[in-house]
Amino acid sequence: MSKFVKLKKGFNIKLVGAAKKEIVDSVHPETFALKPSDFLGMERPKLLVSEGDNVKAGSPLLFDKTKPDVLYTAPVSGEVVEIKRGEKRRLLEIRILADKQIQYQPFDKYTISEINNISKDQILKQLVTCGIWPKFIQRPYGIIANPQDSPKAIFISAFDSHPLAPDLDFILKGQDQYFQTGLDLIKKLTPGKVHLNVDSDAEVSPLFSAVRGVEINKFSGPHPSGNVGVQIHHLDPINKGEVAWTLSPYAVVQIGKLFLEGVYDASKIFAVAGSSVKEPRYYRTYDGACIDKFIKDNLQHENVRFISGNVLTGERIASTGYLGFYHHLITVITEGDYHEFLGWLKPTSSKLSFHRALGLMSFMNRNKEYDLDTNTCGEERAFVQTGVFERVTPMDILPTHLIKAIMAEDYDDMETLGIYEVVEEDLALCEFVDVSKHNIQSILRQGIDLMIHS
Amino acid sequence: MKFVKDILDKQRPMFQKGGRFEKFYYLFEAGETFMFTPDHTTDSKGAQIRDAVDLKRLMMTVVIAMIPCLIYGMWNVGHQHFIATGEVASLGQKLWVGVYVVLPMLLVSYGAGGLVEVIFGIIRKHPINEGFLVTGMLIPLVLPPTTPLWQIALGTIFAVVIAKEAFGGTGMNVLNIAMTARAFLYFAYPAQMSGENVWTYLGDATPVEGYSGATSLAVAYNASVEGTHTVVAAMGDSWYANLYDFKNLFLGAIPGSVGETSVLMALIGAAILIVTEVGSWKIIFSVFGGALFMGYLFNLFGLNAFMEMPPHYHLVIGGLAFGAVFMATDPVTAAHTERGKWIYGFLIGVLTVLIRVVNPAYPEGIMLAVLLMNVFAPLIDFYVVQANKKRRLKRATI
Repeated sequence: MSKFVKLKKGFNIKLVGAAKKEIVDSVHPETFALKPSDFLGMERPKLLVSEGDNVKAGSPLLFDKTKPDVLYTAPVSGEVVEIKRGEKRRLLEIRILADKQIQYQPFDKYTISEINNISKDQILKQLVTCGIWPKFIQRPYGIIANPQDSPKAIFISAFDSHPLAPDLDFILKGQDQYFQTGLDLIKKLTPGKVHLNVDSDAEVSPLFSAVRGVEINKFSGPHPSGNVGVQIHHLDPINKGEVAWTLSPYAVVQIGKLFLEGVYDASKIFAVAGSSVKEPRYYRTYDGACIDKFIKDNLQHENVRFISGNVLTGERIASTGYLGFYHHLITVITEGDYHEFLGWLKPTSSKLSFHRALGLMSFMNRNKEYDLDTNTCGEERAFVQTGVFERVTPMDILPTHLIKAIMAEDYDDMETLGIYEVVEEDLALCEFVDVSKHNIQSILRQGIDLMIHS
Repeated sequence: MKFVKDILDKQRPMFQKGGRFEKFYYLFEAGETFMFTPDHTTDSKGAQIRDAVDLKRLMMTVVIAMIPCLIYGMWNVGHQHFIATGEVASLGQKLWVGVYVVLPMLLVSYGAGGLVEVIFGIIRKHPINEGFLVTGMLIPLVLPPTTPLWQIALGTIFAVVIAKEAFGGTGMNVLNIAMTARAFLYFAYPAQMSGENVWTYLGDATPVEGYSGATSLAVAYNASVEGTHTVVAAMGDSWYANLYDFKNLFLGAIPGSVGETSVLMALIGAAILIVTEVGSWKIIFSVFGGALFMGYLFNLFGLNAFMEMPPHYHLVIGGLAFGAVFMATDPVTAAHTERGKWIYGFLIGVLTVLIRVVNPAYPEGIMLAVLLMNVFAPLIDFYVVQANKKRRLKRATI
């Protein structure tokens, strides 16, 4: 049965600089990179290439010794120009100088009529070797799924409610056939259902609404209504010992293309957005693109932060950094490294706040778009205020108590308070609204790591 | 403001590691961040933007919400002084007496408590927390205007050290700090904290014929002991015309602790806390609800005049309103769960009236009720959290 879920708790952060709906095709980055740090749950990466090797799109670059079947492959063809390592020789980036014309590693190709007859093992075998597999994320823990597991269901969120999020309808336009084929294939990977969750507050494109063979659920309400973790909580929550998988609609399209065309196509449309961007727009490129050419002559000023992903869950990257494996967005906002005279007392309507404490006016104008910077607006303090996290978490979970259980490393409490149901993005709003300025997401990940290794 | 910043920047090396006043870094930091919000930026992973709120602003909101009580309290100290001495005085004169009496109390409380905070900040090497902005103001507001200053200093230091720092500092305390200070003083120096002669500041003047310094609570209690009049009649029969009629009790021009007499001002504070969402409306409402409930329950028994008192009188006598708005809502010591807040507040209301009416030794219940429920708040939370866990467990076994 399809469900309609209305969420009341949450908070929409509206920012200046949303991407205009036009796609630029003319920017071609020279280098692309695979960043092992993008892959949560990767424990012992082992390289399969060395500097100077030539690779094709879909050729393996590395694997994780703990899950040796799963290969991580090159998004583009070209020459491996640099393998960048950090402290203790930690693998940071595998950089590829891209060919002008991309060459693809050939994989098995099927016609639409053959798709229905492919066995689960054939599907799994092709998925783990081509490089798409890391898009399968396992709940609990939000780590890369284990192909040997049999998930109780697969969940796909068809909309992104994060600030400045790219419009998934828009970036997947015209991919209907691949999307349907992808869904048909992943349906075979679970004995349970495949859930496709759409935004009931907006018009749903036929790309999502016309699909067959899956459960289409509608979600209404403010962010984090688009978070797949929140959706799972309301559809079929994860209990101890259960495993579910999640996937992005883009990955479903990639899977469809892999089987219909026989290629690992890592081309993606992503948005460059944010208040510091001159012309926020969409661009067509490949996974792991170097961002330098997209931001060149496209910035309002110099003191900016580049973020791969959105402002709530993203990661700071350099001006010559690379687009993350899971990201469809580069956000550029002003760096907030300034002092402000009596900044804690001054009334302000230019800064966004979930709160209404003295002088914070933003609650009077919920539809305004804000230009926010990276200033923390205060220092870290002890937990004092209560009841706020609960108001931005539309789940039957007590975030304050969960976070405290993690800080106390209390395994029993972590488990019983619902650590299996959340990953960083689900509590990202708690981190934003926190009066005491704690890094809630990194605390949560520490807790998840404790649970994984317990 | 650039020049102020330049001066601060020039001093900074002295306070940093290796500098002459290295030990006092957090004192310098507190001063600096008081004037300028720091230039800290978000970490490289996770939320890249943060809400404009911080703890300083939150605490400042509570301080602002208390200002009506403070100013009215100052006027009332003067007002009580002049009606007790039988003099006719202007608004300015009354306020002046109030400022003369209350300002030193305020300064001593902030000074003594602030000193303890700074010392602990320096010893434990942590930033100085803003919580004391509120506590420092609460303490004088809940004390009689005649409290000796050295007692205020002593009570404040005791409360901050024993009730807060011993438990690990801001955010870790079990008991409300201001209430601990008051309870300490009450039990240590009952002569200065109770009776009929402490609630009105007389100075060197002699009171007029027939003057009585009894509070509304004492009047109600005495009426129940004598058993000849109802409480309302006893209140109507006060030494000064209309002193204890309902309207005056609500407005607060009555003897009592400095800031707690006026229900109206406490409600203005409550409105500020509720509109800004800084204080929990659930707690404020449920304290009043609990007090009314217990008042009605006593009406049903009606064993003495105090039990027979109309329940709404409970809301305007003593410090219930002030306690409900500013003490019970302290987020650290109250229940942390939303459901727990209802229970916590309701029981404070119930206990306050219970202590008032039944316990002859101590007529004002809100102080002990808040402290008692502070102790029980974690237990309430435990059961609310337990219920959450059980729902999750039940789901798994279906």
